[in-house]
Parts: sequence; C-alpha cells; structure tokens
Amino acid sequence: MAKLKIDDLKKIKEKVQGTIAIRDGSHRAKITVHMGTCGIAAGARTILNAFMDEVNRRGVTDVILTTSGCAGLCSKEPMATVEVRGAAPVKYIELDEEKAKRIFADHVMDEKPVIEFALVQGSETTY
Amino acid sequence: MNPYQIAKEYNAFLQNESLTEFKDKIDSILEDYRERRGGLIPVLQQVQEYLKFLPPVVQNYVALGLGVPSSDVYGVVSFYSFFSMKPRGRHLVRTCLGTACYVKGIQKVIDKIERGFDVTMGGTTKDRRFTLQGVRCLGACGLAPVVVVDENTLGQVDHAKIVKMLEKYE
Amino acid sequence: MGKVYRTHILVCAGTGCVASGSLKVRDKMISEIERHGLKDEVMVASTGCNGFCAAGPITIVHPEGIFYKRLNVDDVPFFIEELLIKGRTVKKHLFTEEQRNEQIPIMNDIGFFKNQVLVVLKNRALIDPDVIDEYIGRDGYLPTSKALLEMTPDQIVEEVLTSGLRGRGGAGFSTGMKWKFCKEAKGEVKYILCNADEGDPGAFMDRSVLESDPHAVLEGMIIGGKAIGAHKGYIYVRAEYPLAIQRLNTAIGQARDYGLLGENIFGSGFDFDIELYYGAGAFVCGEETALMQSIEGKRGMPRPRPPFPAHKGLWAKPTVLNNVETFANIPQIIMRGGAWFASLGTETSKGTKVFALTGDVTNIGLIEVPMGITLRQIVYDIGGGIKNDKGLKAIQIGGPSGGCLPASIIDTPVDYESIVKTGAIVGSGGMVVMDEGNCMVDIAKFFLGFTAEESCGKCTPCRVGTAILLEKLTDISEGRGKDGDIEILETVGRNIISSSLCGLGQTAPNPILTTIRYFRDEYEAHIYDKKCPAKRCKALITFAIDPEKCTGCTLCKRNCPQQCISGEKKMPHTIDQSLCIRCSLCYDSCKFDAITVA
Ligand SMILES: Cc1cc2nc3c(=O)[nH]c(=O)nc-3n(C[C@H](O)[C@H](O)[C@H](O)COP(=O)(O)O)c2cc1C
Ligand code: FES
Repeated sequence: MAKLKIDDLKKIKEKVQGTIAIRDGSHRAKITVHMGTCGIAAGARTILNAFMDEVNRRGVTDVILTTSGCAGLCSKEPMATVEVRGAAPVKYIELDEEKAKRIFADHVMDEKPVIEFALVQGSETTY
Repeated sequence: MNPYQIAKEYNAFLQNESLTEFKDKIDSILEDYRERRGGLIPVLQQVQEYLKFLPPVVQNYVALGLGVPSSDVYGVVSFYSFFSMKPRGRHLVRTCLGTACYVKGIQKVIDKIERGFDVTMGGTTKDRRFTLQGVRCLGACGLAPVVVVDENTLGQVDHAKIVKMLEKYE
Repeated sequence: MGKVYRTHILVCAGTGCVASGSLKVRDKMISEIERHGLKDEVMVASTGCNGFCAAGPITIVHPEGIFYKRLNVDDVPFFIEELLIKGRTVKKHLFTEEQRNEQIPIMNDIGFFKNQVLVVLKNRALIDPDVIDEYIGRDGYLPTSKALLEMTPDQIVEEVLTSGLRGRGGAGFSTGMKWKFCKEAKGEVKYILCNADEGDPGAFMDRSVLESDPHAVLEGMIIGGKAIGAHKGYIYVRAEYPLAIQRLNTAIGQARDYGLLGENIFGSGFDFDIELYYGAGAFVCGEETALMQSIEGKRGMPRPRPPFPAHKGLWAKPTVLNNVETFANIPQIIMRGGAWFASLGTETSKGTKVFALTGDVTNIGLIEVPMGITLRQIVYDIGGGIKNDKGLKAIQIGGPSGGCLPASIIDTPVDYESIVKTGAIVGSGGMVVMDEGNCMVDIAKFFLGFTAEESCGKCTPCRVGTAILLEKLTDISEGRGKDGDIEILETVGRNIISSSLCGLGQTAPNPILTTIRYFRDEYEAHIYDKKCPAKRCKALITFAIDPEKCTGCTLCKRNCPQQCISGEKKMPHTIDQSLCIRCSLCYDSCKFDAITVA
C-alpha cells in the first residue's frame, strides 16, 4: 500500500462518507419507499432500485434512502415519501421507474416537488 | 548453578510435564529478545502462554537465555499477578473482584464455586480441572457480576446457576 | 463514491455485547439477509461498545436510529423478516423506560443517551473500529494532517493549553503544561506513552474507547509526538483486555499500511511509530513512574519525583504519559480548536468526561457528560434511578482513591474542584451507585482489601498502614470494634496520606475517611451495638425461620451446605445457630419469605 497523501485521505473520506452518512442522521433529504406486502407485490422493489441507482450514479452523499411498512393505501402502490429538510413531506403514488427518476431529479435534487405524481403534501412524519 | 545444570534441570522438567514440543519455540523467543532492552516481561508472558506456569527451573532457564540474573526474573514473576509459579488446571476460572461485581454479589458466586468444586480461591481442583482465581476488574462492569472461563466471558451470572454452567467444561 | 444501502444494521461488538453473543447475532443477520436476497440493499457492520452494555446484545438500525436490545441469535430470522421484508419496527426488542412505562424506539430519545454529550465517544456505535476507512470517513486523520503539515510544535501545545484539557487518568493535571515541559526538556530521544492500564475496579472507560475508536488514540499520540518531539510511542495496555489489544493491533497495522505511522507521515518529514506493551497485572503499574519501570522490564515500583518524567522518564529520557481518554480528546481539539473545547464544561474543568456508571442503577453503562453536570442528573436522568425502587444510599466515585458520597449531596456538580471538596476525587471515571442494601463499613473494607493487596510494598506508610486499616475494619465488621477505633482509622489514614511515596498510598484512605465523614452512625452501630444496619456483615447478623410463614417445603434444608436446618416435611423448620455460616443460601432460595435476617 502506497503512503497516503493528504489528497488520498480526502478521497477515502468522500467515498466512505457516502456509505456511512445514513448513520448519523445529518442528511438533507430522505426517501422512504413503502414496502409492505402490497407495495412489494405492486413493484416497490423496482422503485427502490431506481432510487438507489440515482443516488449511486449522481454520487450524492446527503440523501438517505429507506423503506417502511405499508402506507395504508394499498390501491395506490407503489408509493414513496420524500422529505426534504425544512419542508413538508410529500407522498407519491402509483410510481414506476421513470417517475422515480423524475422525482429524484426535481424534488430531491432541486427541491421542487412533482405535484402531478403526489397524493398530498404533508402527512404524518415517520421516524 | 552452572549453565549446564540449569539446562539439564529445565529439559528434565519439560520431559516430565510433556512439554518438550515447546522447546524450540521458547528458544527462539529467548533468541529474539536477547539483545532487546526491557524484554523480560514480554518473554515471560509468551513462555507462560506455552507452559502455563513458570516454576523456578523455567525462570533460571529464561535468566540464562536473556543473560540476566535469575533473581531479577524471580522478582518480576513474583511481583505481577499475571504470572503463576504453580501449575494451573485445564480451565481457568477468573472471577471479578472489582467494585461493580462486588456490589452485584460476586461473593455468592465465588462461594458456590468453592463449595461446588471443592476448591479455594487461588487454588486448583485435585483433578486439575479448574483453577479458581480472583482478578481485578475485567472491564465488563456493565455485565456484573462477571466470571471469565478460559476466554469466555459470562455476564450477569446467577449464583444459583454457576455450578451448572461450569459443569460444561471438562 | 461509496455504495449506498437503504438500511444499515449495526451490531455492537464491544466486550459486553460480545460476551452476550453479539458476534453470532451479526453472522446470523448476514446469512438471513443473503437468504432473502437483500445483500445489495442492506449493510451489516459491527461497531465498538455502545455503552449500554447491560441491554446487550445491542443492535441499531439506521437511518431511523432505532435501538434494539437483547436481540439474540434465535430472534434474528423473525427480526429480519419483520424489519426488512415487512418493514416494521420490531416492538419486542424496543427499549422500555421504566418511569414512563413506554417503549422508546429511537436511540437518541432514550434518557440514557439523550442526556449525554459525545466528544471522546463521537464515533461510538457509528463506525466499525476494524475498518480504518470508516474512521477516515468521519474526519479521521484530518487532525493529524493538520498538526503535521500546518502547525508547529508550539502551536499544538498552545492549542492544547487553550483547551484547558486536564488529564483523565485521575490526577487531572493540565495536559498542555505537561507537553510544554517535555517539549522544553533537552534531549534527542523522547517518548510518548499511553496509559491503558485501567486499574480502577468498576471502571471500563478506556477499554471502551480503545475498542470502539482505537484510531483516535493513535492520532492523539502522533500529534503529541509532534508537539514534544518524540518519534516513538508505547501503549501500555492491560493483558486482561484481549479485545482492546486485538483492535489496537489491527488499527496500528492499518495505520502503518497507509503510512500514517512510520516514516515521513503525509510527506511532512515527521516519523512516528507506536508499539504495544502488555501489562502483567499489577494495579500500581498504572502509576507513571511504576509504569515506566515495568516497560523497562522491572518490578513496577514507583520512584520519588522529581525528577519528573518530563525530564527523566522511560530509559531516563524525557517522556510524556497520558491516559487513553486524554489522547482521544486531542484530535478534536486540534480540529475544532482549543476555544471550542473550552466552551464545554465549567470554569476550571473543561470538556466532557466519560464515566462507567454501574451498581444498583437502572441503566448501567458507559456515559459521556459535560463537566459540571450534577450527580443527580447522572443517576436519575441518565441512569434512570435506582433499581427496584430502592433508595439511593451512596455514590462511589474515583475508585479506591475516591470516596462514597451520600444521597444528601447529590446536587454536587461533577468537576475536579467540587468533588475534591467532598473528600472524593473525580478519578478516572468509575461511578458505582449503591442502594440501601450496601453497608458502608463493608465497602470501605472492600477497597482497603484492594489497596492493601496492590500496595507494591516499597514505602512503609502504605505497606503497613493499609494493612493496619484493613485489620481495624475487619475487626469492626466482625464485631470486635472498640471505642476509639474510628479515631484510630482517621489518624492512621491521615498519616498514610501525608507520608506515602505515590498516589496509591496518598489516596488509599479516602474510602474510609469519606464513609466516616458521611456515615459515622453506621460505624458506631457496628462498634457499639454490634449490629450491621444494612445486614451485610456476616458476623453481625443471624438468620432465622418465621414459623408462621414456613410451609415446611424443605427447600432450604436441602440447600444448606452446613446441614444446620432441621424440620419435618410440612412442619416449620429451624436453624441451628451454632453451625450457621450465614451463607444466605436459605434466604435466597426460600419462596415464601420465611427466612428473616436480624
Ligand atoms: C496507583 C495508581 C494507579 C494509577 N492507575 C492509572 C490507570 O490505570 N490509568 C491511568 O490513565 N492513570 C493511572 N494513574 C495515573 C497516572 O499516574 C498518571 O497520572 C496518568 O496516567 C497521567 O495521564 P493524564 O495526565 O492523561 O491523566 C494511576 C496512578 C496511581 C498512583
Ligand atoms: S467490576 Fe467486575 S467487571 Fe468491572
């Protein structure tokens, strides 16, 4: 192993930070994919993967991705909730891969909710 | 005692205790540390790891190997509680004598072990199955009272169950 | 950019949780996750000690930060299924706060964690201590690069002086001053030593720091090395801490691989390396001059000072010795500045302190609090009060050099000066909470038994004095106490304090003097009434069977090792007092509360 220079140290730091940022709760935005039985049946896993690809592709480190149980609205699955720090959470319904990508680009990155896919703005926050 | 005699007694000791397999290893440890300052304690720690105890014959041999007076070796072995001059049992049962364990009732656990296996603190059972030791705080106070058997830490030990728990160790 | 996972499952792998089986839990988690095909979505990692050892094995799930206690191997399949497939919190393993009687899912909402302030333990339960990259991911080794590339030794010392950091090993000496003296000492070769001997019984702060964040300690030593001009460091670590040793070895190996130890670190031209040295089980070796003797391969006996180690230490070279926790504070002082550190704590005691909170308190574990917090806040807000609704009797702080403080002064702030005024010392961080069931004479005897045993024997006041004190206490607790004994304890105690060679003797009488000061009536009950009010001292109590309550179940009779209990089945039993050894087995085994202690 070659000796680290200060730049190498910073590179390692950035790389690892992306992975472990989720642990200290210091994120800017959080995406929750609802993965109850019905959600999974409706294809929630594809949505989760789509979001995950976006996070990895863009290399963002301040967004965390998580899952939760059934959101209680089975007929509108797959669903996801996007919370950007300082703004009310938005629930998106009847998602597919394309919609997920758009939500990521517009809402998560640019902080502009995609109203046409949304169910309601504001809801109970999840822990 | 001359070097020849020391080596002879030491070899006889290894033979008697069936420890000859460690002879070369110990010689190489002594070789390694011969020139190093302050090597005595690490050497004794490693030798004890192989032989399990350090009787005077071994101490003399270590002194010879490192080129230090055997009184220095004895001084160190007798000072540190980590070193033992008596043979140990097949299993080492270490009971914590720290404050947290004391408050949480380690004494009852010790009483049970002493009675259950007819052994006293610091001693070894007749069949050399267990050696019972008290040690300074094991740093697992959150789990007090704590008993460590060989490498296994038993936490929140219930004095009513300790004898049964030890039965597992043959 | 590192890979992103939707969920991180962090299993505690500190000594406590490992003893409760956490490594098996982690492995089972991994295999269950693979079985469900979730390997690419979920990360499982092990972390260092989380501090809440009594609730182990502990698992924390992020991003929510949910705290699960007592999650054993057999619980794993159900847990993974609920958590990851069904997406629910697993209620069964949530923490319940007794006073509020409600389940609290989020770790940082739990009183035990909520009231802590983490500086030294900032990485606890967040990184895998065996993975240097995770440490670097949380700003690790940036302080070292700053100190080596941008700061002069004078600036480093200045920063540490500004911080007001005082040694966490017990005496509370200014770390900046110590470094300054050694920096100014003449000599080509100097050493920097880390004291990881952690000898105080009932304390495990240093173990926990070493296990959960070994690199922080290494960094502190590298920076200290640069400040005083040392190129070699030793860590003197107890052989009783196998896991800490293993983690340190791994950490040192990784740091060497990265060139963070060795020659020309970060291309700065500064060389530094660290070696481990295993202690061999002598409490006195925690004392600085004894520790150096021990590294030199001799009997670990203290020597008189001066000369101070800053001028003549290891191998007679200028040497700095600091405690593990002291070093672990250094990287952050360098990174965030001494002024930031000085903003925490009180006027004279800066920063935070790690304590091992144990004994009869509800939440047992390792805590970090700002200096100046009161004992009450620690015991009640963090510790959750006394177990089983009993009353608080005393708080033992400072180990064998400290004292027992009564409930009446529980509002004392925890800082060096206030605690010294009570007769105890802050010490290295052991804090043992005792309920009414503890006898203060017995506790004093316990500590004196410890110091008498560990006294190295070099100086007479300590060797003989502690033996005299122990003998007197034994007499008192066994009913042979006489009028005037208390005064003898006090006089002998004061003499030992004023005439012993090292800190061991100079503080050994503290447990006696504080218990006399605050619990004199208890000593008097033992001496004059031959009674132990807490019913602990065996010679002063008798066990008897209440014929009203005894059902004649014969359980006690069968359990009695002395066979001194007699009675027919279904008839009240009796104890033969002449044979009874007061082992209390009958008392512990009786299901009908029929055994009385007087
Ligand atoms: C008998 C005795 C035992 C000690 N044990 C320890 C110990 O286990 N760990 C420790 O850090 N300091 C211990 N000390 C204090 C050390 O002598 C020394 O003051 C300390 O390590 C210096 O580091 P600090 O300035 O960072 O606190 C002990 C002192 C005495 C007198
Ligand atoms: S007091 Fe027993 S482990 Fe600390």
